[in-house]
Amino acid sequence: MIQVNAIYVLWMREMIKYARAKSRLVGAIAMPVFMLVFLGLGFRRVDIPGIPGSIGYIQYLVPGILGMTLLFSSAYTGMGVIMDRQYGFLKEVMVTPASRTSIVLGMIAGGATTSLVQATMMMFLSVLLGFRLPGLPAILAAVFIMLLICVIFINIGLTLSSVLKDFHGFNLIINFIVFPLFLLSGALFPVANLPAAIRVFSYLDPLTYGVDALRGIMIDFSEFSLLIDIGILIIISSAMVAISGYFFQKGEAL
Amino acid sequence: MTAIVIDNLTKRFDDLVAVDNVSFSVKSGELFGLLGPNGAGKTTILNMLTTLLVPTAGSALIAGSDIKKDPDGVRSNIGIIFQDPSLDIGLTGRENLEFHAMMYNIERSERKKRIAEVLKVVNLSEKADTLVEYYSGGMKRRLEIARGLIHYPRVLFLDEPTLGLDAQTRRSIWDYIKNLNKEYGTSIILTTHYMEEADYLCDRIAIIDRGKIIALDTPANLKVQYKRDRITLAVPDIPESLVTELEKRAWVQDILSENGNLVLSVSKGEENLPELFHLLHSLGVSVSAVSLHTPTLEDVFIHLTGASIREQDGSRRSAIRDRMRRRMMR
Ligand SMILES: Nc1ncnc2c1ncn2[C@@H]1O[C@H](COP(=O)(O)OP(=O)(O)OP(=O)(O)O)[C@@H](O)[C@H]1O
Ligand SMILES: [Mg+2]
Repeated sequence: MIQVNAIYVLWMREMIKYARAKSRLVGAIAMPVFMLVFLGLGFRRVDIPGIPGSIGYIQYLVPGILGMTLLFSSAYTGMGVIMDRQYGFLKEVMVTPASRTSIVLGMIAGGATTSLVQATMMMFLSVLLGFRLPGLPAILAAVFIMLLICVIFINIGLTLSSVLKDFHGFNLIINFIVFPLFLLSGALFPVANLPAAIRVFSYLDPLTYGVDALRGIMIDFSEFSLLIDIGILIIISSAMVAISGYFFQKGEAL
Repeated sequence: MTAIVIDNLTKRFDDLVAVDNVSFSVKSGELFGLLGPNGAGKTTILNMLTTLLVPTAGSALIAGSDIKKDPDGVRSNIGIIFQDPSLDIGLTGRENLEFHAMMYNIERSERKKRIAEVLKVVNLSEKADTLVEYYSGGMKRRLEIARGLIHYPRVLFLDEPTLGLDAQTRRSIWDYIKNLNKEYGTSIILTTHYMEEADYLCDRIAIIDRGKIIALDTPANLKVQYKRDRITLAVPDIPESLVTELEKRAWVQDILSENGNLVLSVSKGEENLPELFHLLHSLGVSVSAVSLHTPTLEDVFIHLTGASIREQDGSRRSAIRDRMRRRMMR
């Protein structure tokens, strides 16, 4: 059962708090900006195997950094749930008549919006470094891919937050998950350059397909066909919604 | 219909049995009190009844819905004011109320009316648009109460609602709760550490200790059942003849000497005082002071649980908890 009002309330709350927390916005965008500036400028003139010289490293890197921005901000949506549990607000939400599904959808909607806002800002900032933006249809298609990426990682965060109930446990695990997912995804360099044993894990990483799809759409260069990327992203994101919904349903709220 | 039927409800945390085979029911429209010392299991019972915790064993029906089989049905009929903080401090007071009301599908014009109404009850109308982060402890508590009262549920749970509030605010909240109970027929379960509150508000009271119900009755019956009046006589030296005479009287249950005072446990203290004076006079005993103490709910409570709710260990622990609560709220 899906209640639109509950989804709207949870989304609206996230928007209000996001607009009020300027430091959060700056904090979330600082790391990808540094990565983009230093890696982008530092490797600008390097010939990296697997990246055609006609594309250039900045063009190659930007979709990867967008993937990173989405990965980090989405996974930390779970942190918001942990904070709400710690401050007691979660139980207030959990005793309302809103179905667990609506609550999860509301949290996804809030987290996805903030993540997308951040990634879109990154995209426009990258123009300052010489990134050539694609046309509007391609940007809209890229936003759709970004949404799928968010949904996957938001739900990983939500699932973890209903299993691990304290800050420290959550932080530890999320760092063990987020960094490897980022480094394996081919955000910074072509996955093909990794040794075969490690590359296997790259192909298990959903972000690999997300970043690849973004590249396909934004710079017209990708390892897999777009259809395969999008198909995989859709399958994984629906599965993750079901999994986090399940954990929310069965877990105790306290 | 019965508002709440609790059947052998049990909750274990590892090897601690926090709630031990509790059964009772609350009638529709009843105001029911749950009294017990710290750690007795009151909050745990409410957490199970509001579907936040899953019972280890036993079951309960809230307004006809089973807490295990139909938690969604339960949630659509209840409201709760939590003991521990549960506000979003990053929102204003009004936003907290607004979002709550929206979760319960109250439409816009009605929402506005009720929010203004509850803000007035808890005297927060002026602070409504300030971030909750900047509220004082008592203001946060009042906002929580306001929020719990907005949506007129069929069954309302109040977990130490007026903890830490000043007497005046407490009184106006009591009246609002009473009115809600009368006018809308809301069934209410209330836990409290204030005997006065239980006595003033509750139709029936259950006293709970170490997870078990040890008494359940109306406040008046509890008082009659468990404690006699006490007469304290300051008698410089107590003649043997007086004690002998007193032992003959049926209305005297117990005779004690406490710090040089003669303490009598009696039935119907007020009626028997004249006879006592007569006796003292005829024996020529001189008395420098007399006091008559009729039992309060607090006496009953101490008698049953062996601990005063508000003194010693209890208050120290709740002081620590208050401090923690304040820290958490920052
Ligand atoms: N989540 C939990 N995990 C482990 N033990 C718990 C948990 N919640 C409560 N307890 C324990 O269960 C017992 C009952 O706690 P509960 O909070 O129900 O008491 P209470 O009657 O509400 O006390 P108070 O008057 O202090 O609010 C306590 O011993 C407490 O330590
Ligand atoms: Mg309690």
